[in-house]
Amino acid sequence: MAATATAQPAAARRGLSRRKLAEHLTGWLFAGPWVLGLMTLFVGPMLWSIYLSLTAYSMSGSPTFVGLGNYVEMLGDPRIFQSLKVTTVFALMSVPLNLVVGLGLAILLNQKIRAIAVWRTIYYLPAVISGVGVALLWQWLLNGRFGLLNYALYTFFGINGPNWLSDQGTALYAFVIISLWTVGGSMLVNLSALQGVPTQLYEAASIDGANGWQRVRYITVPTISPVIFYNLIVGIIAALQSFTFFYILTKGGPNNATLTYMLYLYQTAFESTRMGYGSAMAWLLFVYLGLLTLVIFKFSSRWVHYEAPKQ
Amino acid sequence: MRARRLAARTLAYVLLLVGAVLVSAPFYWLLRSSLLTEGDNFIWPPILIPNPPVWRNYVEIWQVPFIPLPLFFRNSVVLVVAALIGELIATSMAGYAFGRLRWWGRDVMFALLVATMFLPAQVTIIPLFLLFKQLGWLNTLLPLIVPSWLGHALYIFLMRQFVMTIPPDLDDAARIDGCGTFRIYWNIIVPLSAPALATIAIFSFQTKWNQFFEPLIYINKTEVLPLAVGVRMFQSAALLPGGGVSGNVSWSHLLAATVVMVLPILVVFFAAQRAFIQGIVISGVKG
Repeated sequence: MAATATAQPAAARRGLSRRKLAEHLTGWLFAGPWVLGLMTLFVGPMLWSIYLSLTAYSMSGSPTFVGLGNYVEMLGDPRIFQSLKVTTVFALMSVPLNLVVGLGLAILLNQKIRAIAVWRTIYYLPAVISGVGVALLWQWLLNGRFGLLNYALYTFFGINGPNWLSDQGTALYAFVIISLWTVGGSMLVNLSALQGVPTQLYEAASIDGANGWQRVRYITVPTISPVIFYNLIVGIIAALQSFTFFYILTKGGPNNATLTYMLYLYQTAFESTRMGYGSAMAWLLFVYLGLLTLVIFKFSSRWVHYEAPKQ
Repeated sequence: MRARRLAARTLAYVLLLVGAVLVSAPFYWLLRSSLLTEGDNFIWPPILIPNPPVWRNYVEIWQVPFIPLPLFFRNSVVLVVAALIGELIATSMAGYAFGRLRWWGRDVMFALLVATMFLPAQVTIIPLFLLFKQLGWLNTLLPLIVPSWLGHALYIFLMRQFVMTIPPDLDDAARIDGCGTFRIYWNIIVPLSAPALATIAIFSFQTKWNQFFEPLIYINKTEVLPLAVGVRMFQSAALLPGGGVSGNVSWSHLLAATVVMVLPILVVFFAAQRAFIQGIVISGVKG
C-alpha cells in the first residue's frame, strides 16, 4: 500500500472500488453453494418439469411432445379424482383435529403444571421418531386381531374393533389416528407461543368475570393466531403431500380407499415410468396447493391478528 | 374461587395423565412385542409383560442371510454424517452471507430463498431423478448427500436470523485486527452460532435418518439402501405366510428392527433435548 503522494487520490478511489467489488464477490462466494443448489436443484428442474409435462416419456428414447395431452388425459382419469378426493378428505380430517388437539394440549401444559419438561417430552416423543418407524409400529398396533388398539377398545368399551388397514371403510381413519399421535410438533410450537402471552391479559379477563372457555376464545386464540395460522398452512401442505405412511401401510388399498395423490404420482412416474404424465400430475398438485393456500390466506385476515412487531 | 382453581388444576393433571398414557402406550407395545417370541405375539388376550424377555430377537435381526441389516445401518451412518457436514458448512456460509455481508442482489436472492421454503417440492422430483440418472448416481448414496452440500433454505433462514443477533462490533474489531471476511466467518461467526448450528445439526440428522421417498426412488440395490428403506425388508418377510422367505423372520424381528431404527433418533433427542425443542420453536414461531 505504498503510494506516492501524487497518485494517492486515484489509488484510494481505485482501492475503494476494488474493495467494494471484493465485498460483493465475497457475498456471492459465501452464498455460492446455495445459489448453485437453487439453479441445479430447483430452477432448472422446475423448467424441465414444465417441458416434461408436455411430453410422453418412458425413459427409453427421448420425450415425445404431446402438447396439453397429459393435462387433457388427467381430466378423464378416475384415479386422479379418487386420489385428489382421498388426499383432500384426509387433510380435512387430520389437519383441524391436529390443530385443536395441539392447541388443547398446549393450553393444558401452560396451566403452571409441575414437571412441564417431562410432560412436554412425553407428548413430543412420537413426533421425534416420525416416518418409517412410526408407520411400522402402527401397522402392528392396528392389527385387527392382535393389535393394541383393538385390545384397548375391547377391554375398555367392549367394542370389537375393525381390521383397520384392510377395511375400506376405516383405512383412512387409521391414518388420521396415526397423524394425531404425532401432534407433538404443533403442540410445542403453540406452547412456546402461549408462554409469550402476557399473564395480565388473563388476570384482567378473570376480574371481568370471563370463564375458562371465554379466556381461550377471546384471549388465547386471537393472541397466538399467527402461530395457529402457520400450523394450518404447514399442516395442509404436509397432508396433501402424504406419502410415506400410505406407501408402507396400504400402498393405496383397499380398493384405492387410501390412494393419496403422491402415491398415485409415484406409481405413475416410477412404477409405470410415465415421466411426462407424472410431471403433469405434479403441476396439478402444485396448482391445487397454491390455490388452497391462497384461499386460506385470503380468509386469514378475518381471524389472524398480527401485533405490531415487538422490540 | 380457590376451590374452582384447584378443581381446574386437578382436571388438567387428569387429562394430561390420560393423554400421556395414550401417547406412551404404543412405545411400550413396540418394546413388549419385540421381546416376545413369534407365537406369543399372536395370543389372545395379549401377553402384557414378556416373561422372560426374548432378547435373542435383537441378536437374530443382524444375522438374517437375505437382509443385510449391518450394511443398512452403515449406509445410514455414512449418509447422515456426509450430509450433515455439508449442510452445516453450506448453511452457515449462506447464513453469514445473508445475515451480515452486503452484496449486489442479496435481497432478491433472499426473497427467492424464502419462496423456495414455501414452494412444495413435488414438481422437481421427476427431473431430479432423471438428472441423477444421467449423472450415473442412481444406486449410490450421492443423490442423498450432494444436495445437502448445496444448503437448505429453512436452515439458511434460521442461520441468517441467528447471525443478525451477533453484535457487528465483533466483526469490526476483528477487521481492525486484520482479519479477512473468511477468518471472521470461521473464528467469530461459526463459534458464536453454535446454538443455531446445533439445532440445524439435529434437524438435519433426524430428517436424513428418516428420509424415505428419495432413497426409495434413487436406490434399487439392497447393499446400498439406508436403514429407513432397508428395514422394510423385515416387513415384507414377516408379512409372508409362514414368516418369511426362510421362515425365520417374524413380527418380533420386524419390531426389534424398528426399535433399532428409531433408537439413534431417540438417543440424539435425549442428549440434545434443549437444542431440539428450541429449534422447533424458532422455526415454528418465526418461520
